Amino acid sequence: MSHEIRLSVPAPEGTTERYAAASGDHNPIHLDEAFARSVGLPGRILHGLWTAAQVARAATQAAPAGPLLDNGESGRPAYALAELSVQFRGMGQMGAPVTVSGSAEAGVDGTVSAKLEATQDGARLIRNGRARLRQA
Amino acid sequence: MTAEARVGHAYGPFAYTVTRAAIDAYVGAVGEDPELWGEIAPPMFAVVFAGPALAPGFADPQLGIDFSRLVHGGQEFRWPGPVVRAGDTVSTVARVRDVREAAGVRFYVFSTESHNDRGELVVAGVWTNIVRASA
Repeated sequence: MSHEIRLSVPAPEGTTERYAAASGDHNPIHLDEAFARSVGLPGRILHGLWTAAQVARAATQAAPAGPLLDNGESGRPAYALAELSVQFRGMGQMGAPVTVSGSAEAGVDGTVSAKLEATQDGARLIRNGRARLRQA
Repeated sequence: MTAEARVGHAYGPFAYTVTRAAIDAYVGAVGEDPELWGEIAPPMFAVVFAGPALAPGFADPQLGIDFSRLVHGGQEFRWPGPVVRAGDTVSTVARVRDVREAAGVRFYVFSTESHNDRGELVVAGVWTNIVRASA
């Protein structure tokens, strides 16, 4: 049985600064409005891998019904991401939330497979997202 | 030497020691729940320790990548199982997997393999980068 995935993530001002500091990707197309415009972009764009992280999060939260967390001291999800692949398309910007949507299906081998995409204001940022989860 | 002749070339290893502060910063930056992850790195934290291993490839004169026109086209990760936690040192080797041209754009595809200090593969990645055609 297929399970609907939907996750809406705010992308407020400061998102790219925080992600640059945490990821080490300081490319000015994400941080410097004037630079981004000078290379033909509409303005500072969201890091593609920030958006991919939202796809990963949405997929992990889509594990089948039941407690998503084990009760061990680790507190980590009972399902772990085993594979993720995404194709980047449109360029996201700060302001409107990013929405991840798709569907997940449990396989006979205990894994969960998900198909996902990410959009912002109706424009596609990520297409052909594929994820596979296994029991942790 | 053409860029195509660089296929198979390896860079690294690049070693990265994971700290709780780095996990917290990443978790906060992507909006994950810090209570949930604690000392454990979320899977996509792979970009933090594996991404820098690509830097020598981006700068490799033999590949000749025009960084100002570089966009990220696609990303794949495979996590075989071992989790990454604070205190682990992860070593990443990057390789040129493919260089090709299609419809006026050049594709530079790199692969990465990241091992923890127990020698276990923690994540393998395929990073597809596209250099937009010059005007």
